[in-house]
Amino acid sequence: MNASSRTLTFTEAAREGLAEEMERDASIFVVGEGIGERGGNFNTTLGLFDRFGPSRIRDTPITERGFVGMCTGAAMAGARPVVDFMFLDFILDAFGELINQVAKIQYMSSGRLRMPMVLRGCIGVGGSAATHHSGNYYPFFLHQPGFKVVVPSTPRDAKGLLKTAIRSDDPVLFLEHKLLLATRGEVPSESYLEPLGRARVRRTGRHATVVAVGVMTSKAIAAADSLAESGHDIEVIDLVSIAPLDTATILESVAKTGRLLIADEDYQPCGVGAEISARVCADGFDLLDAPVARLNGAYVPIPYSPPLEQAVVPSQDAVVQALRDLLAE
Amino acid sequence: MSVTQVVLAAAHPAREIHLYKEMLKIRETELQLARAYRDGHVMGACHTYVGQEAVAVGVCSHLQVEDAVFSTHRGHGHALAKGVAATEVAAELFGRATGCSGGRGGSMHLFSPEVGMMGTTGIVGPNILQAVGAGYAFQLNGEDRVAVAFFGDGAVNNGAFHEGLNLASIWDLPVVFVCENNLYATEVPFAYAAGNPEVAMRAEGYGCPGRAVDGNDVMEVDTVAEEAVARARRGDGPTLLECKTYRTRAHAEGMPEVGYRTQEEVDSWKARDPIALLRSHLMGTERVAADEISAWEDEARSEAVAAIEFAKASPWPDPRTVFDFVDASDSAEAARRS
Ligand SMILES: Cc1ncc(C[n+]2csc(CCOP(=O)(O)OP(=O)(O)O)c2C)c(N)n1
Ligand SMILES: [Mg+2]
Repeated sequence: MNASSRTLTFTEAAREGLAEEMERDASIFVVGEGIGERGGNFNTTLGLFDRFGPSRIRDTPITERGFVGMCTGAAMAGARPVVDFMFLDFILDAFGELINQVAKIQYMSSGRLRMPMVLRGCIGVGGSAATHHSGNYYPFFLHQPGFKVVVPSTPRDAKGLLKTAIRSDDPVLFLEHKLLLATRGEVPSESYLEPLGRARVRRTGRHATVVAVGVMTSKAIAAADSLAESGHDIEVIDLVSIAPLDTATILESVAKTGRLLIADEDYQPCGVGAEISARVCADGFDLLDAPVARLNGAYVPIPYSPPLEQAVVPSQDAVVQALRDLLAE
Repeated sequence: MSVTQVVLAAAHPAREIHLYKEMLKIRETELQLARAYRDGHVMGACHTYVGQEAVAVGVCSHLQVEDAVFSTHRGHGHALAKGVAATEVAAELFGRATGCSGGRGGSMHLFSPEVGMMGTTGIVGPNILQAVGAGYAFQLNGEDRVAVAFFGDGAVNNGAFHEGLNLASIWDLPVVFVCENNLYATEVPFAYAAGNPEVAMRAEGYGCPGRAVDGNDVMEVDTVAEEAVARARRGDGPTLLECKTYRTRAHAEGMPEVGYRTQEEVDSWKARDPIALLRSHLMGTERVAADEISAWEDEARSEAVAAIEFAKASPWPDPRTVFDFVDASDSAEAARRS
């Protein structure tokens, strides 16, 4: 660690980014349940109520559709709302507002109204959270024009992307996997932004490419490390941005490796991997030495009991196996 | 103008005349749009505001350009009352590039933020919440602007009404909720759809004032709206207004006018037409000459006809612009993403 960076948790880094932006721009406000004095169920706003007061760190009743619709109007009228859903599962109560209003107002108003709104929430399987507190749901927002979606996997990206998301005039979903919240990583001391819409190459390699979504990134890196012992050289891309998809970075990697695996905890049908696969087949068919492979979470509602819960998420061993299969093609 | 007219003109109550002309503008524009629908120039669904003009006019007469209106599928009247030019409304319904939404929206998606027309929506409910949000932004930014949501009786059984009124009330937001109770949602009577058909009474459940008024009496609407807008602007919080009114045309053009309701009922409301009511008041109590009023009517009609002519002569949008404005980035990026 060099002098100009420190180690922070994912949550601390994101919170620091939020506070910096709120300091910079008084039109930013946060809504959510328990985000006021309590500081958020996941400590997303810990300490911010005292700094920014109740109108900018706004505790809401349990009224997801209400506060999303409200923030839509606020964004149209000169404020920059950050909606903190706690668990992203609760966003479903606001789906009509998101798809019919938030996603469409810039277009319908010919860009005369902007939609600077951040929608953040905790996603993913883990901790026996069970079926109403474990959803990922991001493919819905790739399908619908009008949204940007980021799924950071490191504290550095969490802070830099949340800051950029808040500055964006588009609605941005900022999704935080529950198993990443307490993970630590280096975060620069000086102020910085990370760009939306960019994937990151986390590990370079020549034999196969893994595109990993969020929490799968560390499993993919570990899998690549273990395969290195048997002479396989795996490239790992942390997708980071689900909408827009950074197809260029993926194609560049596939041009080198000829083999592609997409590792995603979320469901397979019509998922992120399906879209990546279709794009790579359309634009890079000649680059491929094997069919595109996908490794996903089991296509079932998420169960509670630890052995059942473990059975639905792709493990590091499963990534290793999927890569062995791909290399054998 | 004759000498008698000049004398009478001096005595004219300026406000009532202004309201009268505003209602006429909406009525004449709507009648022209209905005709254009019949002729195939207006596509999709077209919900006219005929019979309800007093509500939009009475409320919007208290709004400044900076105040924000969020309206519904039946929104032509609100747009016109908020200051969107009839030419732009007509051109939008004709799908032309000169329309207030550049042809992207049509009848149910009218946007003109320049004059505080923040949009109409094809979904029943969301505009209520958006008005609450504009109120939130105004309060947060320390501006004395007011947000208004217009909505039908159909919207008050939707969760957006409940969630929106509650939020506006707990945070004292500068919002006026205007329910236009025209007794039907499409063809479903409100008495069937509501456990308690008195909308204004619901305000009590949220801790804010509720007022029921004769929505066909523009002066009555004008009076209660003045109070509600002033209360919002003072920072004292929201008000729910229930304007009891009636649409005298079909739910949407091309649909039946009667069947789910009787001709007698329609006729009884036509006899209480808001424009006719004010006209007889002006001619009676205020002694405005009939020929002066018909001159206003002729003027309103020829302006509405001119709006239609403008729309007809306007260019279609360029298909190459179809990717523009999907998001805040440039259109090339949007096209690449598609
Ligand atoms: C959420 C939703 N459900 C259904 C519809 C279809 N719909 C369009 S207008 C309408 C009736 C609305 O009645 P009301 O709110 O009383 O307004 P009015 O048409 O009487 O002005 C319905 C059901 C819709 N647009 N949105
Ligand atoms: Mg109705």
